[in-house]
Amino acid sequence: MIAEVGHYALVLALALALIQATVPVVGAYVRDAALMTVARSAALAQLLFVLVSFGALTALYVTSDFSVVNVVENSHSLKPLLYKITGVWGNHEGSMLLWVSILALFGGLVAAFGANLPLSLRAHVLAVQAWIATAFYLFILITSNPFLRTLNPPLEGRDLNPVLQDIGLAVHPPMLYLGYVGFSISFSFAVAALIEGRIDAAWARWVRPWTLMAWICLTLGIAMGSYWAYYELGWGGWWFWDPVENASLMPWLSGTALLHSAVVMEKRNALKVWTILLAILTFSLSLLGTFLVRSGVLTSVHAFATDPTRGVFILLILCVFIGGSLALYAWRASALKQGGLFAPLSREGALVLNNLFLTTACATVFIGTLYPLALEVVSGDKISVGAPFFNLTFAPLFVPLMLAMPFGPLLAWKRGDIAGASQRLMAAAIAALIAMAVLWAWTSGGASLAPLAIGLAVFVIGGALSDLVERTQLFRAPFATAMRRAQGLPRATWGTVFAHAGVGVALIGIVCETTWNTEYIGALKPGGVATVGGYALRLDGLTQQQGPNFRAQIATFSVRNGNGDEIGVMTPSKRNFTARASSTTEAALLTRGFSQLYVSLGEVTADGGQSVRIYHKPLVLLIWFGPLLMAFGGLLSLSDRRLRVGAPKPAKQARGLQPAE
Amino acid sequence: MTRKQRRLTMIGGALCVLAIAAGLVLNALRDSIVFFSTPAMVSEKKIQPGTRFRLGGMVEQGSLKRGDNLAVSFTVSDGSATLPVTFKGILPDLFREGQGVVAEGAIDPAGVFKADTVLAKHDENYMPKEVADALKKQGRWQEGADGKPVIGVSDSAQPKPVVTQ
Repeated sequence: MIAEVGHYALVLALALALIQATVPVVGAYVRDAALMTVARSAALAQLLFVLVSFGALTALYVTSDFSVVNVVENSHSLKPLLYKITGVWGNHEGSMLLWVSILALFGGLVAAFGANLPLSLRAHVLAVQAWIATAFYLFILITSNPFLRTLNPPLEGRDLNPVLQDIGLAVHPPMLYLGYVGFSISFSFAVAALIEGRIDAAWARWVRPWTLMAWICLTLGIAMGSYWAYYELGWGGWWFWDPVENASLMPWLSGTALLHSAVVMEKRNALKVWTILLAILTFSLSLLGTFLVRSGVLTSVHAFATDPTRGVFILLILCVFIGGSLALYAWRASALKQGGLFAPLSREGALVLNNLFLTTACATVFIGTLYPLALEVVSGDKISVGAPFFNLTFAPLFVPLMLAMPFGPLLAWKRGDIAGASQRLMAAAIAALIAMAVLWAWTSGGASLAPLAIGLAVFVIGGALSDLVERTQLFRAPFATAMRRAQGLPRATWGTVFAHAGVGVALIGIVCETTWNTEYIGALKPGGVATVGGYALRLDGLTQQQGPNFRAQIATFSVRNGNGDEIGVMTPSKRNFTARASSTTEAALLTRGFSQLYVSLGEVTADGGQSVRIYHKPLVLLIWFGPLLMAFGGLLSLSDRRLRVGAPKPAKQARGLQPAE
Repeated sequence: MTRKQRRLTMIGGALCVLAIAAGLVLNALRDSIVFFSTPAMVSEKKIQPGTRFRLGGMVEQGSLKRGDNLAVSFTVSDGSATLPVTFKGILPDLFREGQGVVAEGAIDPAGVFKADTVLAKHDENYMPKEVADALKKQGRWQEGADGKPVIGVSDSAQPKPVVTQ
């Protein structure tokens, strides 16, 4: 019964999406306000029905209803409740349902908070949202129905892939999808603007908070996925340049560019055509990411199913939306008026530079990700493009970007004073040089690139702080005055400071982890001691334990620091999941400041030793602390009064009678 | 500067960055990509010792030997040719005899493949996609012989979750 309700609700949502996709457009064409307002109620009703559908699937999982194929294949009655719920999107069908739920959520949010949008713009935006939604409802209903029943229900399910039975599954996919799908709003706004042939600074003011929200979620989603891979896979790696990771990095890069170009558009009414293009590209890359991950062209933990019809269907959606929107762009972009002028050396110029490097870096990731697929189709050769490729292409493009980053906020709009900005960045530059010199002396003979990269990171952080010092007149005005100024600063300025500093912080973590990571790989017998990074780890013993749906083999290590004081106990384990006859490695982590000790278990050797991997990873936590700072900066910026979702202030007049614009 | 000059400056700058990026990409594609081969393709293509590539195939039954200090050796086969492999370190959770494997490294002068990475790029049937494709191409792939757990659902699109490396 519940499955049928869920299925039926999804069909109704499709019907509503079809109404929402057509009626408002007709309404805008004949300038009928009543028809245009249909978009709002349709979007809200659609959200309601999708939530019913999603709730139904969740209920099926929670009650372990093994008459539903999807539940059989991905659940187990003994699975803890948390994983029963997160298992809903731990499979292809359910994750697509989550995708459309979030799409409907964003549509609903625009409908609910877009009361101050011009009526025709809102109608168009919601209609475009509904086009996307229609395509994905059809995809789910035709190729990936999560509510399919099985004729002879088994007594027990096949359990969820053990790697996915982790708290990470509760956070990573929803965050990532909020980011991916959130960019659909800026896409819809862009397409609506092209249809209307009208775009202004107010348009940018509406688009920016939505883009920012999506960007925050995507940043957190990527960071969470990276940390999850780090502790779950047992290799201590946090980024593999895997195509699936790249699929999420590409929209992030172009989304970051979009965020910055939207600022120029809002403040200076320039870069309109470019901003529209970026909005289209960003969501196109999100769709591409969905295609790469969901179609089964890539083998990874994310590719749940490899059914060719699904791949073809998503490819079709991809072609229609990307091709259609780009064609519309080519046709209509010239109708948009060019905006304000600016000198190359200005805030606008710096933001153009930012966009240039971000999109170029994004293009290199694009090539590195798709080249192997293209080559295989063309010549049949199988190649892998891994970290070396990206280190040689992506990294060199990020260096000038980071060098230029501190200058941006210090330059004035329209015409900037580069000499003045350099002068104000003197302190940051000196700090960077000192950091480089100290590191150079300390690690003499070691990697020469690392001190340079740390210097760059210090420059970025120092630059972000310089901007703050400059604006508050700290050190020049009395302290109390500076504090008052700091309080008076717009939150968006604080957001910039935090986000930019976050980039530097992440870079420090990345460089330290990759350069000064020490490891021990070997076999230990009980009582054996391994020394890594100045810490002595003693294997105290091996024990067995029964978990809810697995058996665990646990090793206990006592850890002593250089002085011989015991600082903690680490218990890495290996879990054997009977239902799937597979095992996972549960690494143990011991955090010291921002550094971590990392222990994961291998197999038991012939002579009774336990093989282990032990890593000491200096400042590794900064890698994820950086993105957290960026997201926090984004949140601050989002809470800026000027940018509050739904801004600007609605006029106090009867809206329903306004003629459509 | 006039509007035109400004625009030219920016377009020129953009083209410069794009040219540099294109150079970087071409350079990196020449040096840092890794090809995939099965043992048969290794002898066919006469891959020189020292060239890095990814070797894929099945781990031969009974060929796995463990030495001191986590040294292991095993033989990779694709049905028509075999290649001995040595590796030092911890094998991934899903490494089994008689199952598929992908290893990255190079052949030494003695003709032994020295792997520095053994990838856990498997699905739950212990079959890496590259290996499956290569074996299918050689006509050595039998559907259903992969030990897939069978339950009461007859669905050809069974989910195949996979562990990334």
